[in-house]
Amino acid sequence: MPWPHLPDDFRQTHRSVWVDIDSSLYDPAEGNRVYHEYMDQLEYADSLGFDGIGVNEHHQNAYGLMPSPNIIAAGLARRTSRAAIAVIGNSIALYNPPIRVAEEFAMLDVISGGRLVAGFPVGTPMDTNFCYGQIPALTRDKYYEAHELIMRAWQEPKPFAFNGKYNQLRYVNCWPRPIQKPHPPIYIPGGGSIETWDFCVENDYNYSYLSYGGYKAGKALLDGYWERVAALGKDESPYRAAFAQVVCVADTDADAEKLYAEHVLYFYNRCLHVYLGFADPPGYRTIKTIQSGKLNQFRAENQRLFTSLTWKELVDGGFVIAGSPATVRERMEHMIKDLRLGCVFLLFMIGNMPDDKVRHSTKLFADKVMPQLRDLWPEWKNDDRFWVKPLETRVRPELPKNGR
Amino acid sequence: MQERRIETKRGLKSRVLEAGQGAPLVFFHGAGGLFKEEPLLEALAARFHVYAPEWPGYGADGGEEKLEDMLDFALHGWDVVDALGLERKPHLVGHSMGGMIAAEMACIANGALERLALLAPAGLWLDAHPIPDLFSMLPFELAAVLFADPKSGEKFLAGGVDFTNMDALTQFLVGNARRLGTAGKILFPIPDRRLSKRLYRLKAPTLLVWGNEDKLIPPVYADRWQALVPQADLARVPAAGHMAPYEQPAAVAAALQRFFEAK
Repeated sequence: MPWPHLPDDFRQTHRSVWVDIDSSLYDPAEGNRVYHEYMDQLEYADSLGFDGIGVNEHHQNAYGLMPSPNIIAAGLARRTSRAAIAVIGNSIALYNPPIRVAEEFAMLDVISGGRLVAGFPVGTPMDTNFCYGQIPALTRDKYYEAHELIMRAWQEPKPFAFNGKYNQLRYVNCWPRPIQKPHPPIYIPGGGSIETWDFCVENDYNYSYLSYGGYKAGKALLDGYWERVAALGKDESPYRAAFAQVVCVADTDADAEKLYAEHVLYFYNRCLHVYLGFADPPGYRTIKTIQSGKLNQFRAENQRLFTSLTWKELVDGGFVIAGSPATVRERMEHMIKDLRLGCVFLLFMIGNMPDDKVRHSTKLFADKVMPQLRDLWPEWKNDDRFWVKPLETRVRPELPKNGR
Repeated sequence: MQERRIETKRGLKSRVLEAGQGAPLVFFHGAGGLFKEEPLLEALAARFHVYAPEWPGYGADGGEEKLEDMLDFALHGWDVVDALGLERKPHLVGHSMGGMIAAEMACIANGALERLALLAPAGLWLDAHPIPDLFSMLPFELAAVLFADPKSGEKFLAGGVDFTNMDALTQFLVGNARRLGTAGKILFPIPDRRLSKRLYRLKAPTLLVWGNEDKLIPPVYADRWQALVPQADLARVPAAGHMAPYEQPAAVAAALQRFFEAK
């Protein structure tokens, strides 16, 4: 959910899109329009038959305008009735106490009639450490404690005392309770910490690799994940993995570049301009992860990566899947099979793309791409462990009528 | 300097640099750790029995997961002093983060030390003079904040590591993550764990030593320390930044010697 008005020279004149982003770039009156436009687009996706619509949490960030995704999700829960509401998610170590997440997610699950996908990210260093002041070396420990508290709050039938290191609560008693039992499906968005893989596998949670690096770069990372799945003796259901991918569909490949290139480039060349010092405070990453060699961002050549990408580089590099429905279908199918994905978070709204183009791309995908991608894992079609189980009969709110 | 290894009653192991003879002096290093060269300690060893223990997370022994908050650090400091088996009460000296911990120790057990010297200690915060955020700085940005002379500071910090070599870089990042990850427990995001409300307990004779060109914790913080610790004297060090003990070791050593040997 990006702010669409970063200046042309943003990269030269500003240090970071995140944490210390210049507040004078935000215009609340324009924000009013922007929020409604983005929420309308998500509701439009519901009407086109997408399985889910998603929101996420960022703080002090000009490409993520949702410090509280639950507020957006609540709006979507009222105005949609079919798609899952994927909140990917709440950075649970930031909620004090995290029982707040158990409560708000339960509310969303109940309001939506059991359509909530509950995401629990450890959280980026920008959000958790620099914006919300959590101590880097203790963030993961605090996250695990918050996770334990929330899961127990949803499942234990009676009030209980929780004597944690970071949270002491004498009476934990989540009220209301989620519709989905024993709990809504849990998705863990991650960026490559190897501890997160094991955490997902051991708990049978979906691991969602969220980056803007595209499927070629994601391949190495997800291979590592699937190795852990095998090593821990779990089944290979593709629904254990999700992936975020920027997708632009047009009538022809040439049209895709003509329609979308400038907006995609706005995103990659402006919105991802994060001051490197905010990306990895000492102590945030575990020693195991550093030793695993995922240090690419520290190499000088990669610091220049997002400074001047061209459309061709973005498409060839797999950052973006763009083109005619046939092109997109072919590349998506390859990606889904190659990375073994049960779920793809499709990013149609990207950068400063205007509403009509977002809807054009979204509709073409729904009509001409999505149907062919639905049955790629026939042997796993009955695996419902990783998706929502809404109530058969649920309230569909009506739009307000004039009371006069 | 000689090295010895100690183990505290809690079971935390630590490397200790040791040299000299005379009154015992325990030095607590800052967030950067002990360096290859410790010229201040060498100089002090001419008059004192110097001990410089390494904090958990800074050496090969691990154990940093056992230190989670300020009280853990301060008590570990006294555990180390106990493990050294000194015959007399020690002088405590702490640089930066080490000064913050030494001051806490001196507040908690205020009869257990002779004298206290704080070299540009962390631990206080002035809204009008925010301390630069060390945790968001890139390695090449540090020298300008830490040293009066950034050129030689840069050389000192790199310690001969070649950052274009991937293995050397990984090793450096692992070390840095452990060191500053540990330090972050008491310094992040703001290096203030409410020491100011406990400083009234500090009764040992106290010396503050401050580099005139300290850009990390600027000398105005010395005034705040003196307001909270009325008996504290202040020695200002010219041509020195936050790393005064490394930039002007002779001047710092002379100030410490005068203070510890004064009747």
